[in-house]
Amino acid sequence: MERSEILETVRKLAVETLEVDGDAVVETAVFADDLDADSLDLVELVMALEEAFDISVPEEELEDIETVGQVIDLVQAKLG
Amino acid sequence: MTQAEQRGGSRRALVTGASRGIGAAVATRLSHAGHRVALSSRGGAGELAEKLGGADIRADVSTADGVEAAVSAAEEGLGGSVEILVNCAGITNDGLLARMQDEDWEDLLATNLTSVMRTSRRVLRGMMKARWGRIVNVGSVVGAIGNPGQTAYAATKAGIVGFSKALAKEVASRKITVNVVAPGYIETDMTSALSEAQRAVALSQVAMGRFGEPHEVAGAVAYLVSEEASYVSGSVLTVDGGMGAG
Repeated sequence: MERSEILETVRKLAVETLEVDGDAVVETAVFADDLDADSLDLVELVMALEEAFDISVPEEELEDIETVGQVIDLVQAKLG
Repeated sequence: MTQAEQRGGSRRALVTGASRGIGAAVATRLSHAGHRVALSSRGGAGELAEKLGGADIRADVSTADGVEAAVSAAEEGLGGSVEILVNCAGITNDGLLARMQDEDWEDLLATNLTSVMRTSRRVLRGMMKARWGRIVNVGSVVGAIGNPGQTAYAATKAGIVGFSKALAKEVASRKITVNVVAPGYIETDMTSALSEAQRAVALSQVAMGRFGEPHEVAGAVAYLVSEEASYVSGSVLTVDGGMGAG
């Protein structure tokens, strides 16, 4: 799947779960700073992504995630 | 506006251990408060579920598969995610620690404590999405003050308190509250197993001089799941006739 396609889905779900402006959801956006998301928000977003992409992301893989770009990397790796 | 709506609307509630004792009283009370109720138990709630118009779910919540089956069936029966979870499923297996088998300990942990973790985890996602949720776990005054012959039971009930307080802090920002109701001696099948002598000793510890009724515990649960209790989380509401006082 194209990176831009994944970004679109991440953006849509981030708008829903984090209640942020879609324009703010760019690859370089840092969840904690730019999107005002705490750890629970991130878990919620990842659960939504798991459902949307039919993937499974173990807890330990979430630990180092800081940016939207890293989430896209993660999804892309899962989709193979 | 119906009475239920005035009180904050009809919610979807799952009660475990709902076929008898405190669980049955809780299911009845929540149903009377206008909520839709799913009753989970190992043997099924039969007539009670029918009377309450609730979903009758046969599941063993001491196992991972059983929890998944119970919550899935509840979601189906209630027509959506679980908004109120009340964990009443619990057993006791009394005996002195000196003679306790590892299997007794593990059984008790699985049924009383691990089940609470699994059911809570399973319903959390829907509650987080909804930005509303109520979890009430039934502990015991024994978890706070101890009781000879109940080391394992006391450990699971104290464990429920620690679990509930930690989870309360994790999910507070989502308007999900997590609380414990800690009953003392209540007239149920569990306490009917006490011998006359044990019963006399138990009664001597209760300031009110009587065992409680299941509906007296259900009243506390009904409060904690209500809109009125929106600022109450991570707390333990003791319902024990003054047994733990002082």
